[in-house]
Amino acid sequence: MAHDEVQQHPIGIYFAIWGLLFVLSAFSYLVDYLGFESYTRWFLILLFMFLKAGFIIAIFMHMRWERLALRCAILVPPGALLVLVALMAIESDFTENIRFDVFGTPAAPVGHE
Amino acid sequence: MAADNAKAAELAGDGSGWGGMTTDWASDKDAFKQVPWGKAMMWVFLLSDTFIFGSFLTGYMSVRMTTTSQWPDPNEVFALTIGGVTLPLILIAIMTFILISSSGTMAMAVNFGYRRDKRKTAILIVTTALFGASFVGMQAFEWTKLISEGVRPWGNPFGAPQFGSTFFMITGFHGLHVSIGVIYLLTIARKVARGDYDRSGDYQSVEIVGLYWHFVDLVWVFIFAFFYLW
Repeated sequence: MAHDEVQQHPIGIYFAIWGLLFVLSAFSYLVDYLGFESYTRWFLILLFMFLKAGFIIAIFMHMRWERLALRCAILVPPGALLVLVALMAIESDFTENIRFDVFGTPAAPVGHE
Repeated sequence: MAADNAKAAELAGDGSGWGGMTTDWASDKDAFKQVPWGKAMMWVFLLSDTFIFGSFLTGYMSVRMTTTSQWPDPNEVFALTIGGVTLPLILIAIMTFILISSSGTMAMAVNFGYRRDKRKTAILIVTTALFGASFVGMQAFEWTKLISEGVRPWGNPFGAPQFGSTFFMITGFHGLHVSIGVIYLLTIARKVARGDYDRSGDYQSVEIVGLYWHFVDLVWVFIFAFFYLW
């Protein structure tokens, strides 16, 4: 195993990312605490979520120092989940409308709350 | 032939570019060069786990979008009253910070592992496991509280019945991952402390358990965003 690459990096970068994750989590919590609503809320939630996820994968899991072959093999396939999410979102909209039609519950858009 | 090999080696380089990727995959040998098999397999396992949690969260999205009853407000459901002050989502916030702290100690453990600092590595892994165990403890507290308030997988007093089923399924599966992770961490900590990896001269196992643990934290980032904040 002598030829294996060893993930050895300065310890400072871990402390930096650790602190950053704390700050980003605090921001996530503030989104709820300060009561942002609707699109602002969803945008901020997703923004902080993707930033946190990105730092964990890239630095803590060492993905940014891995070979491109491994990076692609692991990071590309989850993209298929976006297709699933899109399909299910379309289908769910349809189902919800049928339920309103058939069950006659509140006609006003209750939304996806 | 020798020229071909030289060309391939030149293209492959440090494996960070497209040239490296094509030669890696086209070599009719192991595609993940210089990546220990244990690490590659852990990544493949985590990829499959990504699909499991991805499907759970997509299912949650579907039932939340299709239900015609009001979705319970996580803000109120998960609020705790401490010393007369009601704080929204406070336990979840604490759990989030605990899991992030555990990710930090884990990253340190991996680092000290590669520096062959047996003692610090073992202590940091055990710290990580303790953070993980306290996370599971808080989750048990949260479940007990919700169950005593009448939340069941088939219904709850706050609104849409699907809330209970998705809550227990998603947080339960995540909690199971944390629990297994704690056992896994303690196993590795014991091996580190015993000096197994000094004898084999290879601390890869610490990085591999680290990958698993960071993944558990990663999944929580998504659950926190979609289930508790959305």
